[in-house]
Amino acid sequence: MTINPYVPIVGLLILGALFALFSVSVAPIVGPKRFNRAKLDAYECGIEPAPTPIGGGRFPVKFYLTAMLFIIFDIETIFLYPWAVSFDMLGLFGFVEMVLFILTVFIAYAYVWRRGGLNWD
Amino acid sequence: MTSFVTAATAVDPTLETFENDIWWIVLIKLVGVFALLLLLTLFTINYERKVVARMAVRPGPNQVGPKGWLQSLTDGLKLPFKEEIIPKTADKVVYFIAPVISATTAFTAFSVMPFGGVVNMFGHQTALQLTDVPVSVLVLLACSSMSVYGVVLAGWASGSTYPLLGGLRSSAQMISYEVAMGLSIVAVFMTAGTMSTSQIVAAQASGDPVQLFGFEVTAPGWYAVQLLPSFIIYMIAAVGETNRAPFDLPEAESELVGGFHTEYSSFKFALFFLAEYINMITVSAFCTTLFLGGWRAPAPITTFWEGANSGYWPLLWFFGKVLILLFGFIWLRATLPRMRYDQFMRFGWKVLIPVSLVWILFLAFFKVARSGAISDTTRWVTTGVVAVLVLAIAWGWPSPKKPKQLSIEEELHQRPPGSFPVPPMDLQVPPSPRVRRAVAERDPVSKEV
Repeated sequence: MTINPYVPIVGLLILGALFALFSVSVAPIVGPKRFNRAKLDAYECGIEPAPTPIGGGRFPVKFYLTAMLFIIFDIETIFLYPWAVSFDMLGLFGFVEMVLFILTVFIAYAYVWRRGGLNWD
Repeated sequence: MTSFVTAATAVDPTLETFENDIWWIVLIKLVGVFALLLLLTLFTINYERKVVARMAVRPGPNQVGPKGWLQSLTDGLKLPFKEEIIPKTADKVVYFIAPVISATTAFTAFSVMPFGGVVNMFGHQTALQLTDVPVSVLVLLACSSMSVYGVVLAGWASGSTYPLLGGLRSSAQMISYEVAMGLSIVAVFMTAGTMSTSQIVAAQASGDPVQLFGFEVTAPGWYAVQLLPSFIIYMIAAVGETNRAPFDLPEAESELVGGFHTEYSSFKFALFFLAEYINMITVSAFCTTLFLGGWRAPAPITTFWEGANSGYWPLLWFFGKVLILLFGFIWLRATLPRMRYDQFMRFGWKVLIPVSLVWILFLAFFKVARSGAISDTTRWVTTGVVAVLVLAIAWGWPSPKKPKQLSIEEELHQRPPGSFPVPPMDLQVPPSPRVRRAVAERDPVSKEV
């Protein structure tokens, strides 16, 4: 009996997940437990931790910007992959089309660069 | 047993090879890959500790087992028997799931890694690779993308400041370098014309013959040579992607304690550790597959040993190459200081990504021009136009505006009245009493003066 070549990927996924789930579930059972209120505090290098706001509080907006830029370039990558695989078949037409596409993204990239979106301060 | 001895040449698997695998062979390979990953991780941790120790001129782990090679195993066995501390601010469910995501994605990425050609396994012809599909590389990239979830969720769910900052930093770093990594392998797809890992290895088997000074020379088939810029970008991005030194900013101990896993203990911590090392092995193995000819023996070996690529020998070459790459990772860690975060992000976004894109376009133009699709005049005209465009962009590129350098007096004048008091520029600080006493003791004559 043969199986679909995609199935082993899922198989390894399940095997890995079972291993991980088993080990994180077993460890609290076999490990010792000695209650101490100070242990349950958030780590703060020995001093009393400042209370953290719900959801972790505010953090720099730069991280959102990076995430959005990532999406733009990831989409560009996604378009590049099928083009690259069938590059030999597309020939000159595919090349010109891709130059136009990359230039379009490049304009946005230059704009972000110019506006300081890529600076991390 | 004789079958793979007599099979002198390598047998490349095709995609049909994987469709014809019998279920119990697949099961054996599945468990094999899983066990291999666990063993490789234990080995790599020890290997790293030993190499770093040698580079720092100290013995390293040498007590447990033969020459200390069981150190990581005992460390791993110890961890589940340690107390697990869950901070009371933690989000319990997400805190529990995050290490599972990290470990699972790390394991799954290895499912499409080619270890060798077709071999005879218990009387069946099968490839030394768990499975291969037309989009294998996408599977691998998907797994490495998903591992970001483990990191960012772990940082968020801990309900603590350092893990949150570490998790955010780590995810920003991983997604930034993922873009560079994704762009660097486009050139490989263009040259190989496929996304299946076994086909990429097959495509690197031999290079095209080229005419060089009247001799016919076979160009090296490895994409590390053919596509050198891609290889370099991939290697840099891989180090950034796996959070390894000198890009190990999420774990900058001096700023963030331990980064996203500060609040994790016991086996949950072990899973993050495991995931980090498996990811390191994965990017090394992926690099071997994409750029270093995969499981094929390096060029000089095959000339005097015909059977170097047959049977189970490819395992030797594959893991040899992976070990050399891992050594590179460790070497970087032992020698380079950590980069600053802004420099690191700037390098990723302003150097690696544009260089990758320009290289892709250059390679595409080169390939189109060589295929004869465009005439000679068009080629020269295009080259000229591109050169003019590049020069125009370089000339008009926004240069960072440098503020005018002011002298200290001018800067003082610019301050609004009532700002923080500044000591006068010509301030003479009298020596402290202790200094005066010390001077007097050393040199009693000057005291009278």
